[in-house]
Amino acid sequence: MSTKTDKIDRLAELTASTETSTGASLWVEAWRRLKSSKMAVIGACIIGVFVVVAIVGPWVAPYSPTAQLWRGEVLTNQNVFVGPRAENWLGLDHLARDEFSRMLVGARQTLLVGIVATLLGFTVGALVGGASGAALVLGGKVGRRIDTVVMRVIDMMLALPSLLLAVSIAAVLGQSLTTVMIAVGVVQIPIFARLLRGAMLAQGGSDYVLAAQALGVRKRRIALGHVLPNSLSPVIVQTTLSLATAIIEAAALSYLGLGNPDSAVPEWGVMLAQAQRYFDSAPMLAVYPALGIIITALGFTLLGEAMREALDPKLRS
Amino acid sequence: MALLSVDELTVTFTGRGRRDAKAVSGVSFDVDQGQVVGLVGESGCGKSVTSLALMGLLPSRGVKTGGRADFDGTDLLTLSPKGMRDLRGSQMAMIFQDPLSSLNPVVPIGVQVTEILARHRGMKGEAARREAASLLERVGIPDPTRRLKEYPHQLSGGMRQRALIAMAVACAPRLLIADEPTTALDVTIQAQILELLKELVDEEGTALLMITHDLGVVAGLCDQVNVLYAGKVVESAERRELFDAPTHPYANGLLGSIPRLDGPRGEPLRPVRGSINDTIAWEDGCAFAPRCDHYTLECLQGTPALGEPRKPGHQVRCVNPVLSDGAAGLRESALPEPDEAPGTDTVGDDGSTEAAAVEKDAAVGTAGTAEKEAGA
Repeated sequence: MSTKTDKIDRLAELTASTETSTGASLWVEAWRRLKSSKMAVIGACIIGVFVVVAIVGPWVAPYSPTAQLWRGEVLTNQNVFVGPRAENWLGLDHLARDEFSRMLVGARQTLLVGIVATLLGFTVGALVGGASGAALVLGGKVGRRIDTVVMRVIDMMLALPSLLLAVSIAAVLGQSLTTVMIAVGVVQIPIFARLLRGAMLAQGGSDYVLAAQALGVRKRRIALGHVLPNSLSPVIVQTTLSLATAIIEAAALSYLGLGNPDSAVPEWGVMLAQAQRYFDSAPMLAVYPALGIIITALGFTLLGEAMREALDPKLRS
Repeated sequence: MALLSVDELTVTFTGRGRRDAKAVSGVSFDVDQGQVVGLVGESGCGKSVTSLALMGLLPSRGVKTGGRADFDGTDLLTLSPKGMRDLRGSQMAMIFQDPLSSLNPVVPIGVQVTEILARHRGMKGEAARREAASLLERVGIPDPTRRLKEYPHQLSGGMRQRALIAMAVACAPRLLIADEPTTALDVTIQAQILELLKELVDEEGTALLMITHDLGVVAGLCDQVNVLYAGKVVESAERRELFDAPTHPYANGLLGSIPRLDGPRGEPLRPVRGSINDTIAWEDGCAFAPRCDHYTLECLQGTPALGEPRKPGHQVRCVNPVLSDGAAGLRESALPEPDEAPGTDTVGDDGSTEAAAVEKDAAVGTAGTAEKEAGA
């Protein structure tokens, strides 16, 4: 008899414990899935290293990025360039500046351009797309008309090749780092706008919207309180992926000579463009910034893809 | 006067370059205060479209409605969208088929319940939360304060449907429309949910319009049953009357198609042959005629009128009603040992007086069944 009651007690204990463990919200669950994804962990590590370098880079750099370490020794070599050595881990560039220090300091510029450009694209794009989607969900003739007008403008922007659009904007605004940020940001606007609007449109036809309508919930409340939160996950994923694109595009603009006119300020894209001239004699000078750009972009892409999987409702248990 | 009185409701879907599709072609029924009315029919017969039309939730474009639907004296079909929004949730509410997709996945249950209280009863903050908790408790959700903070995916299917019912009854509506509320649930949970609905109807005097294809649900819950076929009511009767004496060949076939545990083993099932696509326009005749075993040329001379061939109040839209006792299939399976058939919800033994009076018509019934057997 006592074993029987023991068994029952044990069973009760076990069933009670499983019940309390279900206290996870949607985001907590997505976070849990993200943590168990190798892709996300690798991506996050890369981004982490990049961000740390961008923040502390100027302080830990062994030399000033603009100091010319010219001590005559260069002339003794056949080659003008000094390769990697104990004092200069990555060698010297064409003006005898320490390449390693320039890489460290340049990371900050690159990250700044990526973040500011993506934020610009996200903010404006989400506002436009959200307004358009909300107008559509609110329904009525006016809503549909607003949506049509907004979306045709967005379509026009989307029709232009992104780099061409960025180049035209940069050409109009003149040569500066701000220009690069704006140009890259504007290119992202239509992507965010279309994405959010499309997600809201898809959510607008779902059962819970109908159910909320059947209970008399106001349309404004349905659009903002129900449809919008459900449409955010693709936009969040896109933000991460956009950071990668923004970094690459900013580098491309710098490479084309539309970036910061003061070439003394190190930026990976500019460094890549300058190294091109000396590619024959010092190919590694092009490889370092290129690798930096590629690895960083890869980090953001990996994390973005992992987030897409973690937030995908179809994979949700 | 009835709380909801639907009169010749029609819903037509129109599309550019496509033929108009009549989903509901003249449905009439009444729902009284505290009454449970069933709307029964197979997929595509217009049950759900009828309910959406009553709630004013059909898309605004490409849909034409006709007829009248008087709810407490106001015509729901001509009411302004704003008037309709004020009515929904407070005076009439609806429960949907799939409880998971009917709840917003990223918003906690509590927020979804309180927003209705805020909308119709002006409740806010702590008061709204307490009311929401007591609502959840009332529909049988244990530990309601904790559940309020949870998300829909953390609740079981039955609990989700309970939460939806709580939301629907939050403002004590006078009419509740339930569109197949138990289809997505386990059989045991189905019974609990039906029990809950019954309780709410009994306690509050709420009228319930039950839309279902499940005759078991009808048998357990409804007072009055309307059988829908191709967008028209073909038989309307009090529940017992319908199960005892299904008179329209379609209703008769439906009841006859239910498999029975007490029938002889190995007996083939008796489907109603054909599908809902084998139909003709009601204007040309009876839409069920292509699938009917009893049809004659008279069936193809315009829409059959509603008649009362058996009893006053038992309306049947048929030229050749089945006037034998019980459902065709049931009757035949019960023939060898007629006394052995127990009074399950699908067949009863009263109603035999009418059957005796129309003895000669019984022949029609058996002949029809024989024909069906040959066809099967």
